[in-house]
Amino acid sequence: MATLTAKASTARAATPVAWSGWATPYLFMAPYLVLFCVFVLAPAIYGVWVSLHDWDFLLEGRPFVGLDNYTALFDPASAVYADFWMSMRATGLFTLLSVPFLVVLPLGIALLLNRSFRGRTFFRGLFFAPYVLGVAVVCLMWRLLLDPNLGLVDWLLGTDIAWTTSLPWGWVALVGVTVWWTLGFNGVIYLAGMQDIPRDLYDAAKVDGAGRWAEFRHVTLPGLRPVMLFVITTTILASANMFGQSYLLTQGAPGGETRTAIVYILDQGLGQYKMGSASAMSYVLTLALIVVSVINFRLFRGRS
Amino acid sequence: MRRYTVLVALAVVFVAPLLWALGTSLKSQTEATRVPPTVWPAEPTARAYGTLFEGTTQTPVLRWFANSLIAATGQMLLVLVVSSLAAYALARLEFRGKRMMFGVIVGTLLVPGFVFLIPAFLIVDALGWLDSLTALIVPGAAGAFGVFFLRQFFLGLPRELDEAALMEGANHWHIFLRITLPLSKPALATLAVLSFLSNWNDFIWPIFVIFSPDYFTLPPGLSILQGAYTIDYPVIMAGAVLASVPVLILFALTQRYVIEGISRSGLKG
Repeated sequence: MATLTAKASTARAATPVAWSGWATPYLFMAPYLVLFCVFVLAPAIYGVWVSLHDWDFLLEGRPFVGLDNYTALFDPASAVYADFWMSMRATGLFTLLSVPFLVVLPLGIALLLNRSFRGRTFFRGLFFAPYVLGVAVVCLMWRLLLDPNLGLVDWLLGTDIAWTTSLPWGWVALVGVTVWWTLGFNGVIYLAGMQDIPRDLYDAAKVDGAGRWAEFRHVTLPGLRPVMLFVITTTILASANMFGQSYLLTQGAPGGETRTAIVYILDQGLGQYKMGSASAMSYVLTLALIVVSVINFRLFRGRS
Repeated sequence: MRRYTVLVALAVVFVAPLLWALGTSLKSQTEATRVPPTVWPAEPTARAYGTLFEGTTQTPVLRWFANSLIAATGQMLLVLVVSSLAAYALARLEFRGKRMMFGVIVGTLLVPGFVFLIPAFLIVDALGWLDSLTALIVPGAAGAFGVFFLRQFFLGLPRELDEAALMEGANHWHIFLRITLPLSKPALATLAVLSFLSNWNDFIWPIFVIFSPDYFTLPPGLSILQGAYTIDYPVIMAGAVLASVPVLILFALTQRYVIEGISRSGLKG
């Protein structure tokens, strides 16, 4: 086989092939590259430019203001300071509250589903099903389920809680619904990771007389380390990106307490047309996320 | 046995809300507002669906359904074409700038998507695409996931077939069409489903680039419905069911592929 491959590649080099000159790779790349440059690369760069201007979508003049949009975010006297940091706090709180559940609960479910048994694929699909629904459907459903007068949840619990309009219940609702909705995704990633742990490690643990718990602690958990890093990083990113649930389920209530940074930024930019300021905010949020990701990577490397 | 008890209990938590939404869409207006609430309709009626499909000029639900279908299918086809071409070049061809291009494309997977939202809106506006289906189809096809996903799959295909075809005088276009694509059906199907799902469910982008009800898709349409039929819960839930049924069917049919595709592509990065 090796000689055949070697011969074939010399043949390729020697045979002039029609329509595969130097331009061929670029022709293959071109359609995607055009889309990528216009809708990903250009916005990424253009956004920086916008953030340096007093950019009002509805007005003609867009004066250059340098870093003013950025410094305003750190100046307690500015108009945006209080609301921006309240929304950053909401994003941080949501991330802090949701990530542990979204990291631990799916792991438990993946452990339950990992051994082979009848109906495994069925259950796997069941837990994943809510994730297939969009945020609009999920929030509409839960708004009604959590309604204090007509909702099934208060009725089942025998309580009278305003889940979406009071604190701390707004956070319970946001985190609960998000966990219900997205837990299957992380579960699937864990399951794939568990399949990659060599079987003989478990056999060796058995020989050493390890019980279920010891097996989990000394084989499964270390084996899942890279997967955990992936799950934690993507979950933090997803939680910090949270938009729909805050916008549709609690609508920021009460008093903007549950309004996340993305909701605030998009409202400033696309609702109030203050696009320069909103762009600056999104870069500050991005920077914060990069810092969190780096710390996350460091912690994981440090412990191994 | 204990495993099944736990699994079934959990399954109820995951499925009951969905069944309840379906049940509510089949309730009469009076039954939906009855206290204590009923889980399943005592006297099922299709009235809510009648009202929903009738629509108004502000809530043309069937039109939203058609828009969702056109946008999701259109974007899916575009993603498949442009991603597979680019992935072929990145997996099979050598050229100047390849490493850098791949690095930049994959790098954007790590940047939170909202950063681009406002400038992307401005660019779509400059192109004159605001308030059109084009805005729902084209910009989203620039995502890096499809290229990355297919490249990983193409790298795993045996090279011997390509080499043999090249010796017989085929060019890369033939190899791409006659060898690579036919061998990649599972990956293409997975990408198709994932792309369809994400476009069908997208909420954030359509609410900002679409202004007239005629061009809405179902997710933003649902939030209008909620405003228009505030107290008619069966109609609102019927809308939710309408938006969910196609993707749930699609998912049920392709479950194995999709779950496998997600776990593999996510991890092999």
